[in-house]
Amino acid sequence: MDHPVSVSFVRLIILLPLIGAAINFLAGKWLQKNFGKMAISIVGCGVVILAFIIAVSGFFKMIALAPENRFMLDDLWTWFDVGGLNLHIAFWLDPLSMLMTLIVTGVGGLIHIYSIGYMHDDDGFWRFFGWLNLFTVMMLVLVLGDNMWLMFVGWEGVGLCSFALIGFWYKVLANSTAGNKAFIVNRVGDWAFVIALYSLYAALETVGHPTLVTREVAKYAPLLQGTTINFAGYHSAHQLVGFVTLLMFVGATAKSAQIPLYVWLPDAMAGPTPVSALIHAATMVTAGIYMVARLNFLFSMSPFTMAVIATVGGLTALFAATIGIAQNDIKKVLAYSTISQLGYMFAAVGVGAYAAGVFHLMTHAFFKACLFLGSGSVIHAMGGEQDMRKMGGLRHKMPITFITFLAATLAIAGVPPFAGFMSKDEIIWQAFAHGHTVVWAMLLMGAGITVFYMFRQVYMTFFGEFRGTHEQEHHLHESPPSMAYVLIVLGALSVVGGLVKIPEFIATFKPFEEFLEPVFSSPVTRQITEAGIHSHATEAAFGFITFTMVVIGWFIADMMYRQRRIDPARFSEMFGGVVYEWVLNKYYVDELYDRAVVQPYLLACRALAWFDSNIIDGVVNLSARITVVVSMISGLIDTYIVDGLVNFASNFTLDVGGRLRRLQTGSINGYLYGILAAVMLILLVRAVVRA
Amino acid sequence: MSHALTLITFIPLLAMFVVLALPDAMKPAFKWIAVAATIPQLAIALYLYEHFDTTTTAVQFAEKASWMPSYNIHYFMGIDGISISMVILTAIIMFFSVFASFGINRAEKGYYAMLLLLDTGMMGVFVSLDFFLFYIFWEVMLLPMYFLIGIWGGPRREYAAIKFFLYTLLGSVLILLAMLGLYYYGATPTFDITELAANSSHYSIGFQRVVWIALFIGFAIKIPAFPFHTWLPDAHVEAPTAISVILAGVLLKMGTYGILRVNFAVLPAATMQLAWLFLGVIGTINIVYGAMVAMAQTDYKKMIAYSSISHMGYVMLGLAAFTTAGINGAVLQMFNHGTITAMLFILVGVIYDRAHHREINGFGGLAQQMPIYTAITGFAFFAGMGLPGMSAFISEVLVLIGSWQPHPWMTVFGAATAVLTAGYLLWTFQRIYLGPLNEKYNTLPDLTFREGFTLVPLAVLVLILGVYPQAILSLLNTSLVHLNQVVLSTSGAAVAMMH
Repeated sequence: MDHPVSVSFVRLIILLPLIGAAINFLAGKWLQKNFGKMAISIVGCGVVILAFIIAVSGFFKMIALAPENRFMLDDLWTWFDVGGLNLHIAFWLDPLSMLMTLIVTGVGGLIHIYSIGYMHDDDGFWRFFGWLNLFTVMMLVLVLGDNMWLMFVGWEGVGLCSFALIGFWYKVLANSTAGNKAFIVNRVGDWAFVIALYSLYAALETVGHPTLVTREVAKYAPLLQGTTINFAGYHSAHQLVGFVTLLMFVGATAKSAQIPLYVWLPDAMAGPTPVSALIHAATMVTAGIYMVARLNFLFSMSPFTMAVIATVGGLTALFAATIGIAQNDIKKVLAYSTISQLGYMFAAVGVGAYAAGVFHLMTHAFFKACLFLGSGSVIHAMGGEQDMRKMGGLRHKMPITFITFLAATLAIAGVPPFAGFMSKDEIIWQAFAHGHTVVWAMLLMGAGITVFYMFRQVYMTFFGEFRGTHEQEHHLHESPPSMAYVLIVLGALSVVGGLVKIPEFIATFKPFEEFLEPVFSSPVTRQITEAGIHSHATEAAFGFITFTMVVIGWFIADMMYRQRRIDPARFSEMFGGVVYEWVLNKYYVDELYDRAVVQPYLLACRALAWFDSNIIDGVVNLSARITVVVSMISGLIDTYIVDGLVNFASNFTLDVGGRLRRLQTGSINGYLYGILAAVMLILLVRAVVRA
Repeated sequence: MSHALTLITFIPLLAMFVVLALPDAMKPAFKWIAVAATIPQLAIALYLYEHFDTTTTAVQFAEKASWMPSYNIHYFMGIDGISISMVILTAIIMFFSVFASFGINRAEKGYYAMLLLLDTGMMGVFVSLDFFLFYIFWEVMLLPMYFLIGIWGGPRREYAAIKFFLYTLLGSVLILLAMLGLYYYGATPTFDITELAANSSHYSIGFQRVVWIALFIGFAIKIPAFPFHTWLPDAHVEAPTAISVILAGVLLKMGTYGILRVNFAVLPAATMQLAWLFLGVIGTINIVYGAMVAMAQTDYKKMIAYSSISHMGYVMLGLAAFTTAGINGAVLQMFNHGTITAMLFILVGVIYDRAHHREINGFGGLAQQMPIYTAITGFAFFAGMGLPGMSAFISEVLVLIGSWQPHPWMTVFGAATAVLTAGYLLWTFQRIYLGPLNEKYNTLPDLTFREGFTLVPLAVLVLILGVYPQAILSLLNTSLVHLNQVVLSTSGAAVAMMH
């Protein structure tokens, strides 16, 4: 890591989509008008596909190197160099960022292609591709940035693109409200994140290595062992690294939609479906997991933070899954499912199974993109309808969508040998193996519920009778090839994408883990990763328990939504109307935040504005008024007392007094300027005379 | 070019005389004369940028001539890392302000004459190194501003202009008293700021504190620092667009510039003692308070005015840190705020010119009618939010990195305001530009070429300084590190003095 291979192709991976974004934003409207949407498609998709090709060639370059040398640096220019903090615009390609780059450009490229068909009737086609391209740039900056501030550029940059794409159909006010919510909630997380960076930097400065270049932080992080928290005179025996990583994790809970900052993601479904697939499922929302994995050398130093991450991950996995049960909007189900699956990834990295977390990140990118795009295909066919209660029986009309959706559902459900099985089963097992029994139990429960709501969705959408209008039924059609092919590719990846890391009790085949190994090789990370149970027999037994949960979940869903032997309404009554009510209303978390945070804040703002214009400005105006009154009084004195004396004197004096009074304008400014002008004049004359 | 600074300062004055001398019939020429004055100014600024030696703390491009020897007053101009960026900023802002003034259609002669006089005044403040000269320019700047608001302003222009005038006059009086104090109680009576700075240890700490506070109030009014800020929203609301641009783009920086040039350099020991309160605490109040009051505004321009107050708070906080990152960040923030806020005020002007009101709630859906305008507004808003990749991000981060160790709580609040800023800007953006189009405005034309010409170059600058802030930082660093050292080195001496 100290001697990275110097390369210059990484910049191209970022530059290409940047060029695409620039063309689409600056000339897109013109291109679209004169050359049609095809021109936009070629530019918009072409740059990402080219970037993917370069990334693949980079991948081959990388695996040609010995594992311990797989670090490449593309250094462009000095970004800023102030007071010991010397950061470059530079890109860092190691196995982890390589993997992410492949996902971002690969899955991202597929979603770009899909969008050609999905967005075809939209006048803002050029604008859409501009934002998708810019998103790709920002996501790549996030994963490839060689220092933490550059990573943060991508981190907030993807937030900007997310904001713009959620509110893409800006004529509907609710869409932009959802965009605002996403951006502002993310800023709350970013607040914690930047404070983490400030304090990390200060600590590294104290131990003599002021840097925020990630690979250098990795080198010097061990020096922070023993640095304790010292905040504004408050000393604590706790590790500073714990404070830093905890704050970073708060940042991650916003970006990756975890408790307590997940609230923006369900609303984010207001955006076009390809956006949900690309940004709010496959790539951006995984940035938090990526960040923890990237900085594993720091997180591993704090068992406390790790425990918090595992717990929050487990809780979110379960909590979001329960909300998923009661959703009727096809995309909202997937949104809560995403939150839940991100919880699994956090649980994985939290227990120290970094590779398992990143593995699930990848398989999730495949099957969740497939699910979202599948739902997009359904919505497209239904003429914009998203309510599953109005669907049904679509499998006959949309076979490709159905089969790929089913493949992805089996994957997310964790049915062997689909991709999700390989990754999710691993996570659930690792949680137990590392001694996090409670987290394990939550994940296990969550797995059962996941299967339930996913098959509920499949049955409601694709099985039974069609429940929509006649009009809709008439228009039902399979999506155009550009969309269908993408679904097939992602469906295939959902099936086989997990074969790169097979559970150890079945076979020893884990090239995925071996590829990432150099990234997770710091001693402190190794220590955590390698701890725990390694018995294959136990692993197999636990695999069986998980599988049993999967079968149960599927069975209940089947009974309720396909065979219709159990009425879901009675089922929800069984849990008591109140529980169902709470689940249906997402536990009223949005309402809580609104009343506890947003409204009081707005009230405080209005109060301060009142204070500003009435008290502070009031004092200013009052002092002005006092001055006026005082001058009036002196005017009265002038008129009656002084003048009285004057009247008492001779007519001649009276006359002179009258004349003099006219000079007295009462304006202090006038006097001051008179004096100033006189002084300046004298000085000027003197200067001229001397010169 | 041996008289670069004299030229850059007085070319506008020359143009002013030309404008005044021409008959009213030549009205259409006035604006082009103003353009003709700002172009060489911009060219000289570029020249200065190119030839500025970034490795020295010494005064560069110095011009010194005896002016009034009996009072030891000199015509002393020169720039260093503290002022170079402000000179460049002034040249840029003035250039675009002239174009933003093209809509002025009454009493053009007076308007352009005042605008050019203002230009000379501002430039003079940044290049003067003799306190007396500095003060003269400071006052010269005040008068045209008063008239520009009071004559070409909105409905309550007279109230706003008088408020501005009296407030700044109060500040001027304090600065004048402080200046005379420094002169009479100095080692040798002098107005030379470099000399005053060299002999700063001559002043007793008690004297330093009194003078420091007087100067601070004088400069704080300009920043404007809480609680001396209420003239600003009024002035902005009434001022014509170009004047708002200059006011926020350049004038506000004079406050913080003055603090650096005089308080820091001449009174370092008092600075060391008082900065945490007057710059740190008040700066933090500015940041948070400005953002919160901005949230509650319903007038577009007033909202931007309060956001200015908030953003200038970062400058103060950065100055209070006494770290390299903090002080560099502060001066960079002065520059970045200048360009971004200039954009924002031009953008407000665009819509005011068309709709003749600024009620945030009175628009809606303008994106459909004015897409290019909306896109550029979005850009400027995100720049104002300090989005990474844009210029303000770098300066705010540097300020906060710098202030984290000395003032962690203030930094926490400063960083939190990023959330609040996003709150009021996004909410405003939504109400004006997004959602269904307000049918009243379905005939508004999009940006004109002239408007675009004033906005796009500023946007490009914002982007460039986001990815290559070294373009400005490298100018500042040497001088600012030195100045910071001067202040820090007094901490030992001051403690010794107190015991």
